[in-house]
Amino acid sequence: MAGAQALPELASVPWRPPTDRSWLRRRAYVWQAWTALYTVPFVIAGVVIFMLEPWAAPVSLLAFAHAWAIPELYAQRGANVVRPKGPRNARAEPVAQGLLGDLLAHEPRALQARTGLALERGALGAWLVGEGGALLVVPGGRRVHCFCVRVTDRDLPPSDRVAHLLLALREDEVGFATVANHAFAGAPWRVRRRLPAAMRPALAAAR
Amino acid sequence: MARLIRMDASGHSTLAEWTASDDTAFAAATGEFLDQLERGYIGTVPDGPGKATHVRELPRDADLVILRRPIAGG
Repeated sequence: MAGAQALPELASVPWRPPTDRSWLRRRAYVWQAWTALYTVPFVIAGVVIFMLEPWAAPVSLLAFAHAWAIPELYAQRGANVVRPKGPRNARAEPVAQGLLGDLLAHEPRALQARTGLALERGALGAWLVGEGGALLVVPGGRRVHCFCVRVTDRDLPPSDRVAHLLLALREDEVGFATVANHAFAGAPWRVRRRLPAAMRPALAAAR
Repeated sequence: MARLIRMDASGHSTLAEWTASDDTAFAAATGEFLDQLERGYIGTVPDGPGKATHVRELPRDADLVILRRPIAGG
């Protein structure tokens, strides 16, 4: 990816540090720590309650359910960034799809047509760009970062929204990640099960 | 023939076309390009797979210049 020039949109978020490799690594550790912090206490509470009073097993189960549900909700939030959203603009979509197809190589074009996500390999990892967000699978494929980012014009057809994000990403990868809002970081399987079925092959291709 | 296109609600619109040797067409395209920048569009030249360059002036030798809207965190 080019990345020689700073993305103009960075002027709107001057307080943010660049979302580079080390920032992503730190953010992944923070997410991991948070996940442990809000899961482990519920698991411990569930075990302790059951050991003290086996008749309180339903309360233990509630604690376990909390420990399971909270990370799932966060993963859902991550997967939601690439779900189709906004007006479909069906009349203009074929024209927009043609332009987006011209911007993609053969395989990513076919993948985008099937899944709605444009695969773009960059220095930070493999990106999957959707209409209103992007997933970044870091090298090695063990972690995925979810970014909420969108074009400011909501009347655009879906493929034009993808093309906007794709061009911005190609202009300045770190700048693109910096402008975007980081929504989630975690194991790819946690995001995969929350993605619409049609989008899952894109995540597999990015790993 | 080089093209200046704008991504918009119609999919995309061709705003101008020029060749490197046609000064009149290039001047008209430059005027259109600057007008769109004033409206908040951003000029981008796709440089092949994985590459794009943000441009503030219309490059005479580009094949395709795309005008896009700014992006923001959602």
